[in-house]
Formats: sequence, C-alpha cells, structure tokens
Amino acid sequence: MKKILSLVLAIAMILGSMAMLTACGGEENADFKIGFIFLHDENSTYDKNFIDAANAAKTALGLTDEQVLFKVNIPETADCYEAAADLADQGCDVIFADSFGHEDFIIQAAKEFPDVIFCHATGTKAHTEKLPNFYNAFASIYEGRFLAGVAAGLKINEMIEKGEITADQAKMGYVGAYPYAEVKSGYTSFYLGAKYVCPSVTMDVKFTNSWFDIAAEKETANALIADKCVLISQHADSEGAPKACEEAGIPNVAYNLDTRHWGPNTALISSKINWQPYFEHIIKAAQEGTAIEQDFCKGLSDDVVQILGLNDAVAAEGTQAKLDEVKAKLVSGEIKVFDTTTFTVGGKTLETYLADVDTDAAFTPDTEVVSDGYFHESEKRSAPYFDVDIDGITIK
Amino acid sequence: MKKTEKLHEPVFQIAKRGSMVWYKSWAIRAVAILFALIICALFITFITKTNPLKVYASMIEGTFGSSRKIWNTLQNMALLLCISLAVTPAFKMKFWNIGAEGQTLIGGLASAACMIYFGNKVPEYMLLPMILIAAIVAGMVWGVVPAIFKAKFNTNETLFTLMMNYVAMQLVSFCIVFWENPKDSNTVGVINRGTHSGWLPEIFGQKYLLNIIIVIAITVIMYIYLKYSKQGYEISVVGESENTARYIGINVKRVIIRTMAISGALCGVAGMLLVSGTDHTINTDLVGGMGFTAIMVSWLAKFNPVFMTLTTFLIVFLERGAGEIATKMNLNESVSDILTGIILFFIIGSEFFVQYKVNFRGKHKEEVK
Repeated sequence: MKKILSLVLAIAMILGSMAMLTACGGEENADFKIGFIFLHDENSTYDKNFIDAANAAKTALGLTDEQVLFKVNIPETADCYEAAADLADQGCDVIFADSFGHEDFIIQAAKEFPDVIFCHATGTKAHTEKLPNFYNAFASIYEGRFLAGVAAGLKINEMIEKGEITADQAKMGYVGAYPYAEVKSGYTSFYLGAKYVCPSVTMDVKFTNSWFDIAAEKETANALIADKCVLISQHADSEGAPKACEEAGIPNVAYNLDTRHWGPNTALISSKINWQPYFEHIIKAAQEGTAIEQDFCKGLSDDVVQILGLNDAVAAEGTQAKLDEVKAKLVSGEIKVFDTTTFTVGGKTLETYLADVDTDAAFTPDTEVVSDGYFHESEKRSAPYFDVDIDGITIK
Repeated sequence: MKKTEKLHEPVFQIAKRGSMVWYKSWAIRAVAILFALIICALFITFITKTNPLKVYASMIEGTFGSSRKIWNTLQNMALLLCISLAVTPAFKMKFWNIGAEGQTLIGGLASAACMIYFGNKVPEYMLLPMILIAAIVAGMVWGVVPAIFKAKFNTNETLFTLMMNYVAMQLVSFCIVFWENPKDSNTVGVINRGTHSGWLPEIFGQKYLLNIIIVIAITVIMYIYLKYSKQGYEISVVGESENTARYIGINVKRVIIRTMAISGALCGVAGMLLVSGTDHTINTDLVGGMGFTAIMVSWLAKFNPVFMTLTTFLIVFLERGAGEIATKMNLNESVSDILTGIILFFIIGSEFFVQYKVNFRGKHKEEVK
C-alpha cells in the first residue's frame, strides 16, 4: 500500500511540476481580486441568485477569471473560515459570503486579515462588532413583497367581483420557512400589500422549519389550500408550493425567481433581491478606496429589489399600472410599508416597539424602531428585525 | 479432442494467485494508477477543454500550496484518520459498523452541550476533561447499543448502526432549537466566541496542532493494541471465525461489545476534536460524510493503522485537490468528485489483479500443447 501511494505521489509530482512549468507563461496578474463564498452551488436557487449576480457584475466590470474566485459548497463551520483565509492568501481584496451561518467565521477571518474587506449578506453583527473591514448587506425586500402583495390583493378583488368568493372569504395562505424575523418581515409586508388594495383580506401562515424542503412545502401549500386559502405565497424557494398551486389551480406568488415555468396558469408574480448593484459597489469601493456602508440596505429605487415574472394570464386587469403607481409612491416615500396606521397588534396601534437589533442569545429587545408613524425596518441594521405578529395574520 | 476443447473452455479463467513477488504487485498497482491518471486526463480534456496537467498541478497546489494549506491538510487528515482508527477494530472483527457518522456526531453534540452549559462557569482545566468524558460516553453509547443487540439477539448491525446515524442527526436538530443564536435562525453560531471557553487550546500558535498530536497518539496506541495486545488478537480471531473463537474459549459476545465500545468512544473523541478543537459550533453536517469515508480508508489500508495514515493522505489529497480545482478552474465540484471516483476505482480494482490471475484461452491452449 505504501508503495502504491509513494508511486501515486511521485507521478503526481512529476506531472505537477511539468504543468507548473508550462503554466508559468509570465502573464501579469491584475492586482484586484474578489472572492465569493457560497453555501451551495448553482443547484440551490438561493445561491444561484448570488452566483448569477456575481457573474453579471464580473462581466459588467470587465474582470477576468483570475480576478473572481468562487468557493462553492462551503458549510457553516470552520471550513468557512478556512475558505476565507485561503481566498485572502490568494490575494483577494474583497471577500463575500452569502449564508447567515457563515457570519461568525467571516468575522474571525476579518480580524485576522485587517487589510481585506469582508462583506456578508443577511448577517446582523457588523454594527455591533464595529470592525473597520467587516460589512453586512441586505435589501429592503419588504418593498418587493409589498408590491407582490398588491398584485395578490388585486387578484383577490377580481375573485370577489366575479362572485367566486365573498369579501369575508378573502384568505391567503403563506408557506414560511422558520418563524425568523426575515420570514416574518417578508410575509407581513406581503400581507400589508394585499391589504392596501383589498381591506378585508386575512392570511394563514404555516412554517416548514426548513429553508428548502420540496415535499414539506408542497404538503404545507396543499394543507393551506384545503383550509380554503384562495391564494398562496411562500418564503422558501423550492418548486413545492408553486407546483401544488398549479395542480389545485390556485394563484401563487413566488420569491427569488420567476416560477412561470412551474405554474403557467397560476404563477402570478415574484419579487427578488438583485445583488449585482451591491457587488459592483463593493468592487468599485475596494478599487477606488471609497467607503462601504457598514449596513448596506437598498431597495426598489436602486434596482436592488426587483419585481419579476408578472403573468398576464393570471393577474387581474390593470395590475401593471397599479404596480407602477404604488412603486412610484414607495420610492418617493409617500407609502411606507410598515405604516402603523395600516395595521393593529392585539387590536391596538403599534406606538412603540423595541426590536432585538443588537443580536444576542437571549433575544433582548434593545432598540426603539417605531417613530414618525411607521416601523423603521432595516434602518438600524440591514437584516430584517420586524417580528411582530399583526392582526389579520394567523399562525397555524 | 479439438471439438470438446472449443465447447468447454471459457474465454478466460480466473485463478487465485499464490504469494506474489513484491515488485510484481508493485508494478500492477503502478499501472493501475497510471491508467487512472490517463482516464482522468482524457475525461477532463474531453468535458472541459482544460489542460489536464494544469488540473493535476492545481491539486498539488491545493494540498501543499501554502503553509496554511499544509496545516489544513494535516488537520483534515487528523480528523479523518481519527474516525478511521475508530472503525478499524470493529471492521477487523467483521462487525459492519457504518454508524461512525452518528457516533461522531453524538460525541460532538455532547461536547457542544458541555461548552454551552458549563462554558465560563467551570474552570477550563475541569471543563476540557468534562467535554472529553462526555464525548467518549456519548460515542460509546451509540456504539454499544447496536453491539448489545447484535451479541444478545443477533440483530443486523449494518441496519442498526445506520439507523443510529439518523437518530443522532435528529437529536442534533432538536438541540439546535434550544441553542440557536440568534433565536429562530436555526444556527447555533460559534459557541463562546468571546471567551473561547471549552475550546481546545492552541499550541505554539497553531490551532490544529493539538488535534494532530492527539490523533498521532491514538494511531500509535491503536497499532500496539491491535498488533500486540491480547484483546487485539481476540478481535482478529473473532473476525476470522466466530466458531474458532468460541472453540478456543473466547467470549465472543464480550469481545463484540467491548470492541464496539472502543470504536464508539474513539468516534466520540473525533466528535470532540471537531466541535471543541475545530468548528466550535454544531450542526447536522458536522461530520460531513467522514464516517463513511473512514470505512474506505480503513479497508484500503487493510486495517493497519500505520498504512492508514497513507490512505488518509490519499483521500485528503484527492478531496483538497478537488476543492482547489473547483475554485481555480471554475468547475463544479462534481467534476472533482468524478476524478476521485475514477482514481479510487482503479486503485481498488488493481487489488483484484494482485490477488488473482486471469488466463486467456489462447495462452492456456499453448500451455496444454
């Protein structure tokens, strides 16, 4: 056995050294490099959204293959730190990681490599760690959810007008992943969007306790449909819920991707975060030495949040025009998604709320986030912290 | 005469070889590896249009490219070797323990529990032994339960140990609900990030050195245990033939249970090295399939702990090289898995030609004449 191995090594070494000789062609390395750390590869819709954006940014800025390094399938363990450290060793000026559980390991790397910029999506600790080279990023996806909700509300109005359901039967269903702030913020803004055009609407929420579970999402969607929900939306990205809706003929509102191929007759609309502007932003900032926001959070106005896949075959008449109108108002600030006059909590208006902005294990509320008549989502830090259970939404 | 020959003689015959001269078996294996590398090269060129030599260079680069990479290679080797050593006594006894994944995971879970509940409360010199004992006990329980059922009721240990993997995984998911930080995020995060309580200490500024030293010590002990101790001999006898073992007065049931206790306990140690010494967090992917890879490492080395360091190196080299290819060439990681598969296929396949010889009809005929 020993001999086999020494032989393998010997051959590998010889081949390797030959390859190195041929590879050293004296090409000049461009000095800028960016490294990406992805939880999965392009088979996961979540990671694909990031990978596509990274490739788009690479093309747009004319970076070469040598300048953009991808590390895929990096778990949320010390492997993440090692991947980041390896990218830093390879001369990356900026390193980006895409999964929530990567954060602690990225912080560890950021402390060790003060000259490298570390950016992390969905994280919560940049504003408490206060490292000069560690930044969080998210998007005001609640604006996109709100718009998707408007389209859903218009569809329900159409059902009421046609006499398919009464105003009291206007109940939507939502397949959530975990009862985590990001999910709650998402479905609440979706609900408020629907309520903006259809005041009588209510919503049932069920959690699958997984970010990606095709069978559980399909089953949950079917349970909601059986419970007389007339429209379904979801947080998780699998085809589970859209396919269940297509089979049952129930309109579906998706997230992160256009699902018209799964549900040509039922996919209504979708919203997503477009990471390309952020990637271009951090690359330029690193190249030119300009500042990066500690907590980056932009939305519709900067094309970071997008609406996609509006299906004319499903949507109510005039949806596009209404969306344009509401979008303009969201951008101008005339409409606030979490306007406290539009919803109640336990029958009362929300006048004050302490959110757990500075993350800790005990989940201690620490920051006042309601003022000027609205809930200031994603302003104190980029990752969502709206976790209030409002009236009209029933968690099953 | 001619007719019957044509009718009855097969195209080729396979016969067991006697002992083979060392350089002959060496040559067979060398040819196998050469073929493996050629097939891999053809595959890479055909599928990706990348220069295959460049790919091999990247693999070496990924394993030895920088001092950090060398440390990571040694660390990966240490963890895989630890689990491989753990499964070895069981496999030598022909007890098909495919539950190393779960035994390691539960050891890791016990370590994480100690770090969470006793971290910053108990002095470090007490906490670390507590973590070690908890991990060993947890791993041992996971190993002994299937062994007891095997010894008492002759249950199928393959299915039993496999099922225990899933039980361990579900227990981890269950505990994450209580330990998650921040709440509802379904991740535990780095445990005791500020205080490093319950973390294995760094030695000479190297965070993985202690892991490596511990595993080297286990390797030496396991080598001595299997080769020179009475218990090690009992394991070999039970593995060769239970009836013989019984005939010469070995208590087979006791050997089975004792060996699985050792196997599980060592997996528990590996779990501790993973949680307390490496990742400082817990999730269901903690072991990442090493419990199964370990079986291959152990078999390839024919259960010899010293050879296992080499087979571990081979596997880690292939894996790390594979990761490097994925990054450098912008290939999907699956491509490198395919390469690993091809190389292992040839290495394992070459053992067939070391053990057996193939006689073709034509050649045989000449001999008959």
